[in-house]
Amino acid sequence: MSETILQVKNLHTSFPTDSGEVRAVNGINFNVNRGKVLGIVGESGSGKSVTAYSILRILDNPGRITEGEILFHGENVVDYDKTQLRAFRGAKVSIIFQDPMTSLNPVYTVENQLVEAIRLHTPRNPRQARERALEMLQLVGVNEPNKRLKQYPHQLSGGMRQRVMIAMALACEPDILIADEPTTALDVTIQAQILELMMELKNKLGMSIIMITHDLGVIAEMCDEIIVMYAGRVCERGTAEEIFYNPCHEYTKGLLHSIPKITVGKERLTPIAGSPIDLLNMPKGCAFASRCDKAMKVCLNTPPDEIRINNDHIASCWMNVKPVSGKTQEGESKQ
Amino acid sequence: MSEHLLEVKDLKQHFPIKMGLFKTRMLKAVDGVSFTIDKGETLGLVGESGCGKTTVGRSILRLYTPTTGTVRYNGELITDKNIQGFRKEIQAVFQDPYSSLNPRMTVGDIVGEPLDIHKLYATPAERKAKIDELLTLVGLNSDHSRRYAHEFSGGQRQRIGIARALAVTPKFIVCDEPVSALDVSIQAQIINTFDELQQKLGLAYLFIAHDLHVVHHMSKRIAVMYLGKIVETASADDIISWPVHPYTQSLISAIPIPDPKKARARRRIVLEGEVPSPLNMPQGCAFRTRCRYAVDKCAQETPKLEMLGEGVGHEAACWNPQG
Repeated sequence: MSETILQVKNLHTSFPTDSGEVRAVNGINFNVNRGKVLGIVGESGSGKSVTAYSILRILDNPGRITEGEILFHGENVVDYDKTQLRAFRGAKVSIIFQDPMTSLNPVYTVENQLVEAIRLHTPRNPRQARERALEMLQLVGVNEPNKRLKQYPHQLSGGMRQRVMIAMALACEPDILIADEPTTALDVTIQAQILELMMELKNKLGMSIIMITHDLGVIAEMCDEIIVMYAGRVCERGTAEEIFYNPCHEYTKGLLHSIPKITVGKERLTPIAGSPIDLLNMPKGCAFASRCDKAMKVCLNTPPDEIRINNDHIASCWMNVKPVSGKTQEGESKQ
Repeated sequence: MSEHLLEVKDLKQHFPIKMGLFKTRMLKAVDGVSFTIDKGETLGLVGESGCGKTTVGRSILRLYTPTTGTVRYNGELITDKNIQGFRKEIQAVFQDPYSSLNPRMTVGDIVGEPLDIHKLYATPAERKAKIDELLTLVGLNSDHSRRYAHEFSGGQRQRIGIARALAVTPKFIVCDEPVSALDVSIQAQIINTFDELQQKLGLAYLFIAHDLHVVHHMSKRIAVMYLGKIVETASADDIISWPVHPYTQSLISAIPIPDPKKARARRRIVLEGEVPSPLNMPQGCAFRTRCRYAVDKCAQETPKLEMLGEGVGHEAACWNPQG
């Protein structure tokens, strides 16, 4: 087992709004290990991006971490003050966003933006910083890096911009790179290039990646460990093999059934019934119960605990509780 | 001549782009596209952003007047003058269920508007009955007709869009990325709705999308577009099993497979470089700048879409087809 860099323990993040408190993240636990890729998959509103923003403490107002710990090498990021955060963000953990069009500043050149990031975190003089910027652009496979440094973001294509974002994120050699839907805005052939690049850089620089996406295909290709999220909770957590070949939560099963597969011949898709949950009106029991065709009485009343399937696999679903002898599964047996 | 429901022949759609004060250049969004669609059939149109697939759909709907080329529906030529009559036959469902519904209209009025325009009812009661029937058909219920679009989720809005398209009982629907804005679990619901409606009403679809998984699931035949041209057409299964155009091959190999073992076992063809600007297209074959099999001829002559063999129904536009 490799070294654990980041530990998220019982994290709760919520957004107080006029119409009530939106509890975007509801008590999630996970670890990030050195050199591994952790995938977080879920639909829109499942809290996967908010989790990432909570780790970096870049939540939009009025979002607050209300409970829990984020331990980075044993230090609690939740307690960091502004100065500590500045040293943490970018240098220790950095992030690339979904939309490469809006995450670069349109009025500064690529050089300006790269050099700024490098000089903020490393004691380099402007000339050294520029050299580092050039080196980074070469590393991420930007052609004609000397020319690109002088250009503005609008002069670059989407794939190029995402490469510049990756260069910026990696310039200070962070321990963890958070990639928030890094390829969703890109075409498949460009997506393939970027994913390949990320894996290559991960192996070269020995960092860990937290990959956030809704695309199960991307997850399958990239990730060692996977977290499936629904309504701010972890449904299931396990190695890629466990999640794809031995899903134990009804939501994960539903997700895997609802993607059309490219195989010869056609079969009807089995979608998940109903619509996504309203975070303002969270049910008392399991959040997925209203869409689950296997829902039992206990599901409606008590949210399931994390149930250990095996060493590499945890699922929060009452279906995995073995009936206690003498009682049926429907019995309110709380195990 | 056999009768196709829709016949598109050598369709070209060029847009003038002003480059400075006096200079204009032509952006060839669609540059000579031909295909046919039969009754009750689905043709999938795939390609990356900017390849012209949406423009093809819009030209068929006459939202643009084509530069050259013809579109025939049931053998009849569609022109700017007679398009109004065809609107009852050809309808559209758009990508963004948020911007394609009028926020100030109730769902009943959105679905009822085509009925009003084409005067498809005699009494208000009949109008209401028709609206209710349409909403039930797409999996909503009649109570929904008094609500506004913002009260619905993305998937439900897309259902409203489909109900509106079906109001005039069309035979052909242009579906322009109808599921790409939706979450996977909802996407599957809408795909199934499209399937069911096709079986029930005998609809033909032109299904435009960038997601080959979805297109393959929906379509009988698939056409792959690159920079304004169709580079390969074949049955849906042939396209994924025996792609011959290097672009189709790399497109298929670029799709992430949702299966860790298979995904890690395969070898991927990663394309070098990016799509050239349609304002500045390479001479000859447009794909040759990224193609690893390019030969001298590719730079000189533009390949035409040709049958690979007699009666196989598999066409490709390539001087050096693979596989």
